[in-house]
Amino acid sequence: MNQGPLKGRVAIVTGGARGIGAAITKALTHDGARVVVIGLQADRDRTETLRASLNGTGSLLHFQEGNVAQFATCQAMVERVLAEHGKIDILVNNAGITKDRTVRKMTVEEWQAVLDVNLSGPFFMIKAVLDNMLANKYGRIVNISSVVGHTGNFGQANYAAAKSGLLGLTKTVALETARNGITVNAVAPGFTRTEMVAAMPQAAIDMAVSKTPGARLGEPSEIARVVRFLCDDNSGFITGAVYDVNGGMYM
Amino acid sequence: MFKDRVAIVTGGTRGIGAAITTALTQAGAHVAAGYSKGKDSAEALAAKVREQGGSMSVHQGRIDDFNDCQRVVDEVLAQFGRVDFLVNNAGITADKTLRRMTSDDWRGVIDVNLSGAFNMTKAVLEHMIERGSGRVINISSVIGETGNVGQANYAASKAGLFGFTKSLALEMAQKGITANVVAPGFIGTEMVEAIPKAALDKVIEKIPQRRLGRPAEVARVVEFLLEDESAYITGAVYTVNGGLDM
Repeated sequence: MNQGPLKGRVAIVTGGARGIGAAITKALTHDGARVVVIGLQADRDRTETLRASLNGTGSLLHFQEGNVAQFATCQAMVERVLAEHGKIDILVNNAGITKDRTVRKMTVEEWQAVLDVNLSGPFFMIKAVLDNMLANKYGRIVNISSVVGHTGNFGQANYAAAKSGLLGLTKTVALETARNGITVNAVAPGFTRTEMVAAMPQAAIDMAVSKTPGARLGEPSEIARVVRFLCDDNSGFITGAVYDVNGGMYM
Repeated sequence: MFKDRVAIVTGGTRGIGAAITTALTQAGAHVAAGYSKGKDSAEALAAKVREQGGSMSVHQGRIDDFNDCQRVVDEVLAQFGRVDFLVNNAGITADKTLRRMTSDDWRGVIDVNLSGAFNMTKAVLEHMIERGSGRVINISSVIGETGNVGQANYAASKAGLFGFTKSLALEMAQKGITANVVAPGFIGTEMVEAIPKAALDKVIEKIPQRRLGRPAEVARVVEFLLEDESAYITGAVYTVNGGLDM
C-alpha cells in the first residue's frame, strides 16, 4: 500500500489534526510519508478520527502531545520523534491560534499568546529539527502563513504580525540553509473553510468572501496540495518563496 | 491527468518552453507549441515527443503581431477543437545598458515578452470565457522582481507581466479562468548559457543555492498550476529561483 512518492519520508505537522493541518496530514500520508501530528490534548482524539478517515494509510499516522509555544517542549517532542523514526525530512509549521480584538482593546497577554504559538512556535520547531536536517543534508520546511500576513486585518494585529513575521523567518532560514539541501518556503492561504474561520461572525465571513475575487472560501485540500507540492523531492530549487492560495484576494 | 486537454505553449520548442511542452505532453495533453525561428529544432522536439507517445504540433508565428496570434489560435482551434491552457513563455533578450540601448532594442523585447502575452491571451480569451474554464500562465523572471544591469527592457517586460497577470486574474476570477505567474531564477537554458562565463559565475555566486535551476524544475510548477485542483490559485506569483530574490 505504501508506495507513494513520499515513501520513507518522516514529516512533522504541527496542528495537523484539524483544519488545514488535517488536510496536510492527509495529503502527506496519502503519498506515503509517515506523519507525526503535534497537538494539544484534545488533538489526540481528533487524530484518531483522522486516522479512521485515512483509507489504508492510517498506520502512517503518529501523535505527539505538546505546546509549540515552549522551546523545551518542542525539543523534547523532536527528540522523541527522532528516537522513534530516526530522522525528520519534512516540517510543516501549521499550528496557529487567533485572539481577535482591536489594538485598543487587545491585552498584552492576547498579543503575546498569538505570537508565542504562531511565530515563536515555528522558530522553536525549526531550531529543534535543524541539526538533524543539516546532518542529513535534506529538509523541506513549510510555514503556513496567511493572506492576513500580507494585508493586515481589522481586529487581528497579533495574528497579522505573527503571520507576516513568518515570511521574514522563512526567508532568513532559507538563506541560511540554501547550501544544505534544505528548502524553506511559506504557503499563504486566503480565507479557508475551517473551524477557525467558521468561528468568525457571519458578517465578517461574508465580508471576506466579498473581498475575494473568486467569491468563495478556499477548501483545506486546496491549501494542502500546495504544501505537498513543496515537500516533494523535486521541489529542491524552490526556496524562500511565498506561494499564495487565496482566490485572488491579495495580489 | 491532462487527457483531452489542449495547451498552447509559446516558445514551446526550446529552453524552459520545451521542458513545459515535454511535461504537459507526458501528462496527456496535446501541446500546440509556438515558435518564431528554428523550424528544424521545433520539428525535432515534436518527433521526440511523439516517439515518447505524446501529442504535439508546432505552429510558426509572430507573437508581437496580434493578427498573427489570432491566426495561430484559430489554427489550433480548427485542428484540435479547444484550448484549455495558455502558457506565455516566449521571450527574447537584447541586453545593453540603458545608455546604449536603442529604442528598437527596447521595443523589440517589450513587443515579444509583454505584448506577446497580451496578444495571445486576447486571441484565446473569448474561447475560454465561452467554455467557462481556462488556465493562463505567464512566465516572468526573477529579473522582473529585482531588475538587472543591462536588462532594462527585459526587466520591464517581465515586471509588466505581473501587472498584466493580476489584472487578468481579477477580470476572470468569476469565469472559471485563473491567471498566474511563474517566475524562474537563472535556469540552465541556451539563453543563460549565452551569458559570458565570467558573468555567469558571478550570477551563480549570488544564488543562495549556488547552482542554476533545471528547465524541468520550472515546468513542474507550471504543470501544477494547470491542474483542475489549482482553481483557488489566481493572481499569484510562484517563484522558482534557488533563493535568489530574497
